[in-house]
Amino acid sequence: MEKAEQMKKLRLFAEEIRVATLEELGALGFGHVGGAMSIVELAAVLYGSELRHDPKNPRWEERDWLVMSKGHAGPALYATLALSGYFPMEELKTLNQGGTNLPSHCDRNHTLGVDMTTGSLGQGISAAIGIALGNRLDGRENYTYFVLGDGECNEGQVWEGAMFAPSQKLDHLIGFVDLNGQQLDGYTKDILDLGDMGKKWVEFGWNVINVNGHDIEELFDAIRAAKAHNGTPTMIVLHTKKGHGCTFAEDNENNHHMNFKPEQMEEALAAARKILADAKAAL
Amino acid sequence: MFQVKKTILDKDPRLMRDVYCDTLIELAKNDPRICALDADLMGSSGMKPFMKEFPGRFFDVGIAEANMIGVAAGLSATGKIPFAHSFGVFSSRRVCDQIFMSAAYAKLNVRIIGSDPGVTAAYNGGTHMPFEDMGVLRSIPQITLLEPSDPVMLGDLTRQLADTYGVYYIRMARKDAVSIYQDGSTFEIGKGNVLVEGRDVTIMASGIMVAEAIKAAIVLENEGLSVRVVDLFTWKPMDTELVARCAAETGAIVTAENHNTLGGLGAAVAEAVTRTCPCPMEMVGTDDRFGQVGTEAFLRKEYDLTADRIIRAAKTAIERKKKH
Repeated sequence: MEKAEQMKKLRLFAEEIRVATLEELGALGFGHVGGAMSIVELAAVLYGSELRHDPKNPRWEERDWLVMSKGHAGPALYATLALSGYFPMEELKTLNQGGTNLPSHCDRNHTLGVDMTTGSLGQGISAAIGIALGNRLDGRENYTYFVLGDGECNEGQVWEGAMFAPSQKLDHLIGFVDLNGQQLDGYTKDILDLGDMGKKWVEFGWNVINVNGHDIEELFDAIRAAKAHNGTPTMIVLHTKKGHGCTFAEDNENNHHMNFKPEQMEEALAAARKILADAKAAL
Repeated sequence: MFQVKKTILDKDPRLMRDVYCDTLIELAKNDPRICALDADLMGSSGMKPFMKEFPGRFFDVGIAEANMIGVAAGLSATGKIPFAHSFGVFSSRRVCDQIFMSAAYAKLNVRIIGSDPGVTAAYNGGTHMPFEDMGVLRSIPQITLLEPSDPVMLGDLTRQLADTYGVYYIRMARKDAVSIYQDGSTFEIGKGNVLVEGRDVTIMASGIMVAEAIKAAIVLENEGLSVRVVDLFTWKPMDTELVARCAAETGAIVTAENHNTLGGLGAAVAEAVTRTCPCPMEMVGTDDRFGQVGTEAFLRKEYDLTADRIIRAAKTAIERKKKH
């Protein structure tokens, strides 16, 4: 497939994920809107192209693994998995309902396609390292991906993992940090300023790539470059906007976990569906 | 099946950590899934021989226990069987949330070794003296808590843990241990061992207190009392059936632990007793105090983790039974 065509398809997939995630959250009237929206493009590039997986065989041993360390972004991952065929789209309506397979935070024992249980922040990086080590011990060439929030990087355990992974030369470990600049209580720079995120990871010995986290092609190229890199793990810093593509969440200081009115969601969905239609037309 | 040695109070010539390391090496030779992790305490845990034998399967994560537990959980997600060690204080209270979420809640397969329990932390003092490790972890659903009482039991339990599934915490004395069981003894996780039969009172002990309980029983027998001694090495799941039987048959129970009685073995046994066959109970342990520095002998005396105290507690329990 020609690359330009592939990018258009991935853009379309991203918009499908965005609409499905909004519909999923819309059924509830509240949820982690901001941090789900900011990783939609990443989810599209991974599950639409770069992550080796088989929805019919979620525990396939040769698959690439993904640890959603920012476990509250579960709704975006669930929409991606449903669109990929792991479970019926209908199931998205059960988000957070009693007995659901789709809890607010990712759970490997409940959701087909979820590789690790997360939610208590800072722990996913360590699990991802363990998974990458285990796969390497078995001689597999598969990749382990993990996604951190920038607020999550307040947690000390993130930096314990940041030190450990390069010491193990885990070049099949590829991380992402969703640098959207916001956390629950406000802007990250006002709460616990980490300064230059990319430089932090460089100092810890990671191969670091900065991208616009909403640019499909930049994401695609960065992941390909990370796979081609040898000797150290890669951290791809996603410069994103929290709430991206959701009209009532964008430019809102308090968009980590939000209540919204049905009409707000209708407006957001109308806008997202229009963009989705445009993406379809562009193909 | 286990067999108790005829003379059980001798010091065992083997160090507990050597038994742990040798057993893991033996297991790892036949099972490529076995891995070991340490947090810059390899010198203490005695795991250098394992590292030399299996460098690819040993991970020293540095002084980063939270990461160690998460890495262990991740390894187990790929089918590995990780054994992760640190001092008991760091492998319990410091990593409680990691054990909870990344290991237990995620239903993964992780063994955590917490060494230097209670007063055996000796010269490292109060900061390093876990009187709370089992209590901190006991409220995590479905975790299994074990305190092997001698090298034979440690070896057998370690071998069993290579073939089970779940999250296990092993409270392990690192150096000296008394010798209680005959070589070749095997043990059932979740079942207490009746070491001495008796009718008047049951002493349920764990770890270093098992030997003290036996000493106490000998003195009490000489005074004409009939004392049952149980090695309750599994703190969770509690052997409720055995506790109920001892409560019914002896009518009085004393627990003895190198740990805070609040949230400890005494509390766990009391829960089982009150739910099955209520009877007078006394608890020997560290009674809500912090640890401190000193020799193990000094600390045993300071916290009264002694046969003498067990004797007093047994007599009190028997007296209360008469009034009951």
